[in-house]
This record gives sequence, structure tokens and C-alpha cells, in this order.
Amino acid sequence: MNQAQKEQYLREYALLKAEGKPFFPYAVAKDAVMACVVMAVIITMSLVLGAELGSKANPTTTTYVPRPEWYFFFLFEVLRVIKPPNLTPLATIGVPTIGLVILFLLPFIDRGPERRPERRPIATLTGIFVIGAMALLTYEGAQAGSPTAIETPTPSRVRAAGGALLREFEAGKQVVAQSGCLACHKLGDNGNDGPGPNLTHIGSKLYAQGIARTLVNPTAPMPSFKNLPPEKFKDVVTFLSQSK
Amino acid sequence: MPRLPKLPAPPLPSALQAPPPRPGEEVTKGGPLEDAKQAGVTVVDWIDERTSLSGVGRWLLFRKVPKGTNWFYTLGSATLFAFLSQAVTGVFLAMYYRPDPAGGAYESIRHVTNDVFLGQFVRGMHKWGSSVMVVLIFLHMGRVFFFGAYKYPRELNWVIGAVLLVLTLVMAFTGYLLPFDQRAYWATIVGVNINGTGPLLGPYLSDFLRGGGEFGATTLSRFYSIHMLIVPGLIVALIGAHLYLVTKLGTTAPPWLKAKERSELLETEV
Repeated sequence: MNQAQKEQYLREYALLKAEGKPFFPYAVAKDAVMACVVMAVIITMSLVLGAELGSKANPTTTTYVPRPEWYFFFLFEVLRVIKPPNLTPLATIGVPTIGLVILFLLPFIDRGPERRPERRPIATLTGIFVIGAMALLTYEGAQAGSPTAIETPTPSRVRAAGGALLREFEAGKQVVAQSGCLACHKLGDNGNDGPGPNLTHIGSKLYAQGIARTLVNPTAPMPSFKNLPPEKFKDVVTFLSQSK
Repeated sequence: MPRLPKLPAPPLPSALQAPPPRPGEEVTKGGPLEDAKQAGVTVVDWIDERTSLSGVGRWLLFRKVPKGTNWFYTLGSATLFAFLSQAVTGVFLAMYYRPDPAGGAYESIRHVTNDVFLGQFVRGMHKWGSSVMVVLIFLHMGRVFFFGAYKYPRELNWVIGAVLLVLTLVMAFTGYLLPFDQRAYWATIVGVNINGTGPLLGPYLSDFLRGGGEFGATTLSRFYSIHMLIVPGLIVALIGAHLYLVTKLGTTAPPWLKAKERSELLETEV
């Protein structure tokens, strides 16, 4: 906006303001009605939906799938869309940071004098696109299941071996199922494809030692499982290294 | 002492009004109602003489809002109201909460939820109020965006609003850990790990959030103090700045409105 456009706007605005009504009581009345609606919505949600409290936090087991509050789903879903591990920083920090910088700089990027939405199609369409994308990502994030059961057949190799190996394999499958791994990993037909890599054939890619090291010292954002009780930890490693 | 103009008489039904003086009767001023009114005026006068707040009040309340102001313009104040609701319910929750990761935190929330009178109700209001506030702040931002209200002269107010949006999300993130149940614990670990993948500052930020390299005893009290003290203080200060600018610059008119052509604008109307 140049100086003439600025003055034109201020003049136009002063005229519109002169034709307007005082803030009190006209706008205040509307705001008060809206405040009552907000209060009613919050109270209704509290009464209907309540405030559940899960079981106590326990670093040695994760019986809960790590899920953020619903309004962070769209950020979480970006992780799932951008999957290659070397691009993870782009998904976790890159995309949100770029979005945030653009958000902050918006008034300095779009400095045209036009304010009517239909006469600034680029801004309006971008806005609609961003809202649509966020809505879609939130929806996808809400759809992402949190399965806690693994239905993959035990390989005949393990069954033939029997004994300790079979026992550890079955126990490890249980722990993996309960530990929320499937929120981010796919195992056979179970779990979500991303952000983490597919674990169906992890045993043919990593040795047991490598799997154990990854569990203790994982790539962010995966949490570390070093607090699992040793025997459970061993079961998980056995299960994963036998998943070939 | 300067005298304020007299308040207009309230529209009382005729039965309650004092009878008019009979002819010849002496008109007595005063009576208890008049005295009470005068007492109120005197108190307001006394405060105003020392603070000059009435000017601020007039500036805040009796400014004009432009023609065409509609219901979309209530979204900002609705967000403010949701924030106030969060503040009040949060204060009540803080009366019971103990930031003790060894079990006290979870236990105190369990106590609030199960034992305290209306405890679950207030905690539910705080929990769902956060969702309502996030929705309202995004709707408010959408209104400002599509009405082009971030343009000259309100650019700075947009930036303040964007900071408020980020702070609101920080509140949501830090508050999520406080109940210290399984969901809170693991979701926060993942969240902090996500912070850690950021370039340059990332690892330092997640170390700061955790209070060290490990997710431990300091983490909870750190989240608690961020959630209770740092961010709410910033939000209150920035809401003040936001409202000051709104009052100073005025709310925008809907973009499709045109003012009636007039030859001159009276100074008194601006």
C-alpha cells in the first residue's frame, strides 16, 4: 500500500466508523451472548464427555499408544505422510516452522490494498487450501488406528525350534502389541504405515544386537524402551529379530 | 469537586414512584434512595479524581464500531472468554494439584476426579475448554484472514495474535502431561523427541523441556511451571497489547461495505 492508498483506507474507515454504533452496549451485548454460548458448550462437553484419567504413567511399560490431543493430529499426520527417515526433520520441524514463519509474516507478504476475499483470489484460495489440508490431516490422524493386537502367524521355523525361542517369540509379540509400537509401525497387516519403518521383515535387515540398540537409543521421535524389564526387553528383541 | 451529570431516573412502575408533592407542600430533597445514589457517585468521583480511570473507560467502551459489524466479530472476545474460563478452572485445579512425578501428580488428579466435590466437572471444563479455545482461536484467525483485517494499519496486531496462537498451543502441549497418566507420559515423550529433531536449537530445546537429557523428576515440575506461570503471564500481557491495539485502531468493517459519500467528516464523529 502506498501513502495515497493508506490515506484512502483511513478516510473510508473513519466514515464507516462514523456511521457505526457505540461499542457499549451494542457490540458488548453480542459478545455477552457469545460468551454465554461458549460457557454452555464447555459445560455441556464437561458433563457429557467427562474427564477420563488413564492408568498411571509407567516408564517400564507402554500400555498406551502415544496419541497427542486431537488438535495436534495434523502435525502428527505430517510425520506419517513424509516417511523417509532422512526427511523426518523436515516433517517434524521443517514444515511446521515454514508454516509458522509464513503465518507471522503474512501482513508483510500480502500488502495489497484490496480486502474483499473474492478480489484477492490467491490469498483466499491459499487460505481455503490450508484449512482443507489441515482438516484432511486431522481426519486422517483421527482415523489412524491404535490396534493393540498382532495377528501374524508364528513362522514355522520358530514353531519347529519350540522351547525357549517359541515362548520368547510369543511373549515378545504380546509386549510389542501392548507397547504402542503399532501406532507408528506396520507389522504384517497390523498397525499404521508410518511415521516409523515397516517392521514386518526387520529381522532380515538388522541383527538382534542392532534391534536392541535401536530400542535403547532410537531415532527421534520414537521413545526409548530401555526402562522395560530385562526379560520383556529380551522377548521383544527375539520377536523382532525372528520377524524375517 | 467536579459534579457528574445526574443519572436518568430508572423507569419504575407508578406504584413504586414517590407521589408528586401536593400543592403548598414543601419539596424535600433527598431521602435514602437519593443518599445511596450520592454515595455511589462520591465513591466513583473519589477514585476518578485520583486515577482518571473514567477517561480510559469511556475510551474503551464508548468508541464506535463501524457499520456492518456482525456475529463473526464476536469470535475474538469468545476466545478471550474461553481463556478466562481456563484461568478460573485452572486456579481451582491448582489448589489440589501436586507436581510430583513419583505418584503424587497422578494421585492428586485422581483425588480431584473421584473425591472432590464437582472435581471431575471442573477438570472436564478445563480439559474441554482447551479444545474450545483452540477451535475459537482458529476461527477468529480465519475471520481476520478472509476479511483482510491483517492489512494496514493492523499488521502488528496480526503478529501478536499469531504469537498468542503459538502460546495457546504451548499451553495445550504442556498441560497434556500434567495428569501424568500413560497417555500423557508417552505422548509427551514423543512430543519432546519431535522438538529434539529440530535443527540447531532442537536438542537444546528438548533438553530444556526435559530438564536434562532424561525424562525425569524435573520434567514434570518444569512443564508445570511453564503451564502455570510463564505462558499464562505472557498470554495475559499479549492479550492486553492485542486489546489495546484493537481499541486504538478500531475493528475492521466488513470488506464489502462502502461508506456513504460525504463532503466532509466532522471532527467529533471520528
